[in-house]
Amino acid sequence: MSDVVALILMVGITAYALFGGADFGAGFWDLTAGGTERGRTPRSVIAHSIGPVWEANHVWLIFCLVVLWTAFSEAFASITLTLFVPLSIAALGIVFRGSAFAFRKEVTRTSSQRNFGAAFASSSVIVPFCMGAVAGAIASGRVPAGGKAGDPWSSWINPTSILGGVLAVTVCAYLAAVYMVWDAKRLGDPGMVQYFRRRAIGSAVVTGVIALAGIVVLHDDAIYVFHGLTSRALPLVILSALCGIGSILLLLRSSHTGARLLAMGAVATVVVGWGVAQYPYILPTSMTLSAAAAPDATLWSVVVVFVIAALVILPSLGLLYYLDQRDLLGAPAVEPGLHDHG
Amino acid sequence: MSSALNFVLAVNPVPWARAQMAFTLAFHIVLVPLGVAWGFITLVANWRAIKKDDADALLLAQRWSKYMAVTFAVGAVTGTVLSFEFGLLWPRFMGRFGDAFGIPFAIEGLFFFLEAIFLAVYIYGWKRLKPWPHFWTGVPIVIAGIGGTVSVVAANAWMNEPAGFTLNSAGKVVDVDPWAVIFNKAMPLQSLHMLVAAYLVGGFLVASVYAFGMLRGRRDRYHRLGFLIPFTVAAIAMPIQMLVGDEMARWVFNNEPVKFAAIEMVPKTSTDVPETLFGHLDDKGEVVGGIPIPGLASILSDPADGTSTQIQGLDSFPKDERPTNAQVDVVHLAWDVMVGLGTFLFLLSLWYFASWVFKRRMPKSKLFLWIAAAAGVLSVVTLEAGWVVTEVGRQPWIVRNYMRVEDAATANTGVWVTFVAVVLVYAGLGVTVVLVLRQMSRRWREGDAEAEIDEGGPYGPRPTPSHEEPRAAVDREPVP
Repeated sequence: MSDVVALILMVGITAYALFGGADFGAGFWDLTAGGTERGRTPRSVIAHSIGPVWEANHVWLIFCLVVLWTAFSEAFASITLTLFVPLSIAALGIVFRGSAFAFRKEVTRTSSQRNFGAAFASSSVIVPFCMGAVAGAIASGRVPAGGKAGDPWSSWINPTSILGGVLAVTVCAYLAAVYMVWDAKRLGDPGMVQYFRRRAIGSAVVTGVIALAGIVVLHDDAIYVFHGLTSRALPLVILSALCGIGSILLLLRSSHTGARLLAMGAVATVVVGWGVAQYPYILPTSMTLSAAAAPDATLWSVVVVFVIAALVILPSLGLLYYLDQRDLLGAPAVEPGLHDHG
Repeated sequence: MSSALNFVLAVNPVPWARAQMAFTLAFHIVLVPLGVAWGFITLVANWRAIKKDDADALLLAQRWSKYMAVTFAVGAVTGTVLSFEFGLLWPRFMGRFGDAFGIPFAIEGLFFFLEAIFLAVYIYGWKRLKPWPHFWTGVPIVIAGIGGTVSVVAANAWMNEPAGFTLNSAGKVVDVDPWAVIFNKAMPLQSLHMLVAAYLVGGFLVASVYAFGMLRGRRDRYHRLGFLIPFTVAAIAMPIQMLVGDEMARWVFNNEPVKFAAIEMVPKTSTDVPETLFGHLDDKGEVVGGIPIPGLASILSDPADGTSTQIQGLDSFPKDERPTNAQVDVVHLAWDVMVGLGTFLFLLSLWYFASWVFKRRMPKSKLFLWIAAAAGVLSVVTLEAGWVVTEVGRQPWIVRNYMRVEDAATANTGVWVTFVAVVLVYAGLGVTVVLVLRQMSRRWREGDAEAEIDEGGPYGPRPTPSHEEPRAAVDREPVP
C-alpha cells in the first residue's frame, strides 16, 4: 500500500518538475535576458508563456507536501527538521517569485517593472536550487530518521546537494527554453524561436554534461543511490539520456513538438529514476517507505483523493492548457465601454 | 566559527515559532476572504452584466477579476509558506499526527487546484471566450473557495476536537478513521463560522473601497454598483453570522469549557456569572476592572436555565492544562472585540436593509458612508480577533489534550532569524500589494488610454472573434 502512495508522490514530484520547473526556468531566462531594451521581447514571451498557468502548476508543490506529510509524516518531519535552512529560503523565494510576477504584470513604470522583474527572476533560480539541494540531501542519506536533526549546514551544502541544486536549475532552464520555442512559434515570432532554440540546445548540453559529472559525485557521496541508478534504475537513466540527445537532434532539425515531448521524457525519467534508485527507502538508508507510512486508512484516503483528482483536476488542467495553447486566454480586457458581453 | 554561530543562534525556538506561525497566519487570513468571496461577488456583477447588458457591471467584474489575480497570487504564495511552516516550525506535531491532521489538507489541495485552474481561465478568458461559457468558468472558483475553506477549517477544528485516531503505547498513531477526522465535532460549526466570515469580510472590504470613492464625490452609477453588490453580500452574511456565532459560543460552552472560561474570564466555577466587558486578571487570578453586566454570561450560555446556569471556572482545570492568565486576558479581549465589532457591523447591515425597506434605496447620509468605508478594516479586525479566540483559547495545546505546543516545536534554534526575515518580507509585501492595487485603480480612473489597452501579448492584433470590438485586440505588454 505504501508503494502505491509512493508512486502517487512520484507522479506529483514529476509533474511539479515538468510544469512548475519550467516556470522557474522561465525566470532563469528572464534573469539572463539582458538590459531593459534588449530583454524586452524575450521577457514578453516569458510573461505570455507562464502568465495563465504558473499558479496551477505551483499547486503540484502543495500536492507533494500534502501527500508527504499525510502518508509519510515521519519522513516529512525528519526532512523539515534537518533541512530547515534551505526550505526556509525556498519558502521565502516562492513568496518573492509569485508575488513579484503578479505585481510586474500590473505596474506600468519601467523602474517598478524592473525591480519586480529582478525579484521574480532571481528567486526563480534560488528556489529550484534549494529544492535540488534538498533532494541531494535526502538522496545522499544526510537526513536521519527518528526525530533527530542532521547537521543544519552540511546536510545541504555538500557535493550531492550542490549537484542536485545546479542540476535542478539547469533542468528547469532546459525545459523552459524548449517550451518557449513552442510559445514563440505560436506567437509567430521567428526571431524568438531561434533565440530560445539556441538556449534550449545550449542548456540541454550543459545539463547533460553536469549529469555525467554527477555520476562521479554520486559514486563518492551517495553510494546507495549510485548503486540504484546503475542497477535497477539503469534503464531509466539510459532512456533519459536518449530522450535528451533526441530532443537536441529534433531541436536542430526544428521539429519542435517532438523536441518538447522528448525533453519532458528526459526530465521525467530522471525524476522517476531517482525514486527507483532509492527504493525501498524514503530516507536512504535510515527509513523505508513502509516504516514511514501512515496507517492504511490514511493511505487509502490519499489514494481516493488522488483518483478524484485524476477525474476532476486532470480534465480541468487539460482545459486550461488547451485554451492557453489555442490562444483563447488573453489577459483580461479592462476598457470602459467594451461590450464584448453583449 | 561554527560554535560562535551556534551560540549566536542558540535561542529558544518555541516563542519564535509561535510568533512566526501567528504572524504568517494573521497575514494570510486577510487574503482568505478575498480568495473565497470575491469570486462570488465578481460573478454577481458578471451575471448582471450579461443579463441586463449592464456596462458598469461588466467593467466592475473585469476589474475585480484583475485585482483578484493579484490578491490570489499573494494568497497562494503565503499559503504555501504555511504549508512549509507546518514542517519547519512544528515537525514533531506533523511527524506524530500528520497521518490524521493531513487528511483534510489532501482534500483542500484538490479544491486549491481547481481554484487555481479556473481562476486562470476566468481571469484570462475575458477577451476570447464567449460570455456565458466564460461566466461558467467562474463557478468552480466559488465552489472551490467554499470547499477549500471547509477543509482547512476542518483541520483546525480537529486540533480543537481531535478524533478519529488510535495511539499505541508509544504514542504513535496506529489506526485512523478518516471520516471521523474530517467530521470531528468542532468541524461543522467552525467551518460554517469561517465561511460566513469570509463572505462578510470580503463583502465589507470590497464595498469599503467604493464607499471611500463615493465620499470623495465619485457618486456615479459605477461606484454605486461597486458598493451595492459586495455590501449586499456582506449585509446578508452578517445576520447569519450572528446566529452561527451564537450557536458556536454555546457549543464551546458545552464542549470546550476551558476555552469558554477564558472567553468569559471566569476565575471560579459559579452560577449567575456576569458578562464582563474588558478587564483583566491580576496576579492572583481575580478579575480586575471591566464593566460587569450581571448574570448575562450565564443567561447567554443556556437561556433555558437563565442566571442559574453554572459556568466552569479556570480554577477547575489544572494550571498546566489551561491558558496562562496573560493568555486569558488576550482571549477575553479578542472575544470582546469580535462580539462588539460584529454587533456593530450587524447594526450597520440593519440600517442598510431598513433603508431599502422604507426608502427603496441605500442610505445616502455621509455618516453611513463613513461607517461603511471603515467597515472593511473593522471586519478584518473582527476576523483576526475571532481567530485569536480559537487559537489562544486552546493553549497550551496544539492538539487539545494530546500534544502541547512546546512538544510540537522544532529544535532549530535559528527560528528567530526566519521570524525576523518573514516579518520584513511580509511587511514589504503587504505595503506593495496595497500600492499595486491602488496604482491599478488610479490608472483605470484616470482613463489612461495607454494603460487601459490591456496586456495580452506583444504581438499586435490577433484574430478577432466576432463578439469583440476591434480595439480590444490591440495588445501591448508592459515588460521591462
